[in-house]
Amino acid sequence: MSVNRSELDVGQPAVDSSRLPEEALEDTMRESAARERREKLRMFLTSWQGMTGLILVLVFFASAIFAPWLAPYDPNAIDIANRLSGPTAAHWIGTDQLGRDTFSRILYGGRVALKIAAIGVSVSLVVGLILGMIAGYGPRWLDNLLLLLFDTVRAFPTIILALATVALTGPSLELVLAIVIITSIPQYARVARTATLSLKAADFILAERSLGASTPRILFHHVMPNVVGPLLILAAMEVPVVVTVEAGLSFLGLGVLPPTASWGTILNEGYLVIRDTPWMVIAGGIPLILTTLGFTFLGEALRDIFDPRMGRGR
Amino acid sequence: MAFYLAKRLGLSAAVILLVVLVLFSLLYLIPGDPATIALGPRATPEAVARYAEKMHLDEPVWAQFLIYVGNALTGDLGVDVFSDRPVAEIIGERLGFTLALVSAGLGWAVLLGVPLGCLAAVRPNTVFDRITGVLSVGTIAVPSFLVSIWALLIFAVGLGWLPAIGAGEPGDLGDQISHLILPAFAIGLSWVGYLARMVRASMLEVMGENYIRSARAFGLRPNKVVFGYALRVAILPTITLIGMGFGGLISSTVFAEIIFARPGLGKMIFDAVMARNFPIVQGGVLVATGLYIVVVLISDLVIAWLDPRVRESL
Repeated sequence: MSVNRSELDVGQPAVDSSRLPEEALEDTMRESAARERREKLRMFLTSWQGMTGLILVLVFFASAIFAPWLAPYDPNAIDIANRLSGPTAAHWIGTDQLGRDTFSRILYGGRVALKIAAIGVSVSLVVGLILGMIAGYGPRWLDNLLLLLFDTVRAFPTIILALATVALTGPSLELVLAIVIITSIPQYARVARTATLSLKAADFILAERSLGASTPRILFHHVMPNVVGPLLILAAMEVPVVVTVEAGLSFLGLGVLPPTASWGTILNEGYLVIRDTPWMVIAGGIPLILTTLGFTFLGEALRDIFDPRMGRGR
Repeated sequence: MAFYLAKRLGLSAAVILLVVLVLFSLLYLIPGDPATIALGPRATPEAVARYAEKMHLDEPVWAQFLIYVGNALTGDLGVDVFSDRPVAEIIGERLGFTLALVSAGLGWAVLLGVPLGCLAAVRPNTVFDRITGVLSVGTIAVPSFLVSIWALLIFAVGLGWLPAIGAGEPGDLGDQISHLILPAFAIGLSWVGYLARMVRASMLEVMGENYIRSARAFGLRPNKVVFGYALRVAILPTITLIGMGFGGLISSTVFAEIIFARPGLGKMIFDAVMARNFPIVQGGVLVATGLYIVVVLISDLVIAWLDPRVRESL
């Protein structure tokens, strides 16, 4: 990497005889931290992957939040006379088997996806963070027990777990949420556990312990701030998984139930009439792809900038 | 090595036992009579009485659990509610279709993804590398069930090149293969991306090692260096990835089987869920998760066997 003259000048701490050397050092450190932050922001703003991701994610949020104002029709308004029409001036991407406007239904379907993603990701992040820190910091037997539990949950392929549960309870939105949360907790917990383990023997944690700090204080004041960063990046990468699980379960009729519009139910209804019109399965799939692509791009760009080593693993 | 083997086997057995426990307790988490829940509302009173006797519902819950585990160990997974045939026999008929699909899907992905990753790693930051990178992220981001639906739409409904549903005539190999192509394509597509990325990342790391430089300095042919020396080490993390991702592969297989109406394990479980045929669901879920655990175990053992660094440390 080439270094030009002016950068070298900034890097050298200015010697000021009136101040203590520690203060000068602290200033330099603060300055270099600020410079690093600016550099990271610049890296993000200039990466096409990160910006594409950010734009797609913002479009997803905006279209879901403002769906009632953006949608040209009521998503459940039935118009049998115009059923299964292709794209027309009145219905931009056609209508479904009941003559409902597909574009409006897709906008409303985004609301379901956003709701599941927001609740599912935040709850599993918090629970995973706490369990992971307990596993990493607590006694060995507790760690082993928790690891066994994580492995057991992971041993159920998501759809299989969903099928087993739906067989007993019947389909519902709450069930989709519960499955999403249970299956993603181990992901966050594992990352939090590894990070906590590496911190456990760090000097500042040992110092805190020798000063008599309580375990919750150590975990929440000292360990958590160092662990939460990678988890937030993981959360961005998990959104596509959550959205896909919701769409997949709803597609199978195990999640959101008709007549509620969800990308999965639109795909399901489209699949049933696939020989009559291709528009519903095309239209139902595109927002799903754009959303997963957006969050994947965003998560990868953030990961490359903040934590290049996390890239391996999965 | 023997200790490692025993430990891994013990852990896998513990996970399977926990899975059985979860499956078993699911029945008891739902309020109501377990026999009626398990057999569904359509079962005759005689079937309920027979089930109650067979499942030893008059015994305490822990004894029922032990009996269930004991039966499962001897291959007795109960009987189908409707046809009265042993669940194990039905699973045996369906398992072949699923295994064929999984191997075909993973097979073409490995055959394409691994060479792509190698080529991208040999020529890093070229146009070829970048295109492979973007395509990899693209294929990873598209949910596999959507690939199934769109493949069905384009190649079966639209172009009519390949059959849409079923697994082909028994005994007619050509027909069976033509029925395998679309679902195998759908479940393998995202794996091409995964594998290419993974192989590229670990190849880049390995290609920087000293022994690769030595091999080159000795004048070995580039192909021999890449495929004979570097790939042998770089493939190790990829095997772990295949093991860990197998759960996701099972999930996408379930979708592909349902969408293409292929009579495999996933379709069997799905139909049983819809018909509330719980013995089939229980048995099918147990076999599917068992399959996953065995694959993870095998991938761990293969790594231990292939990697001298792991082998020596055992």
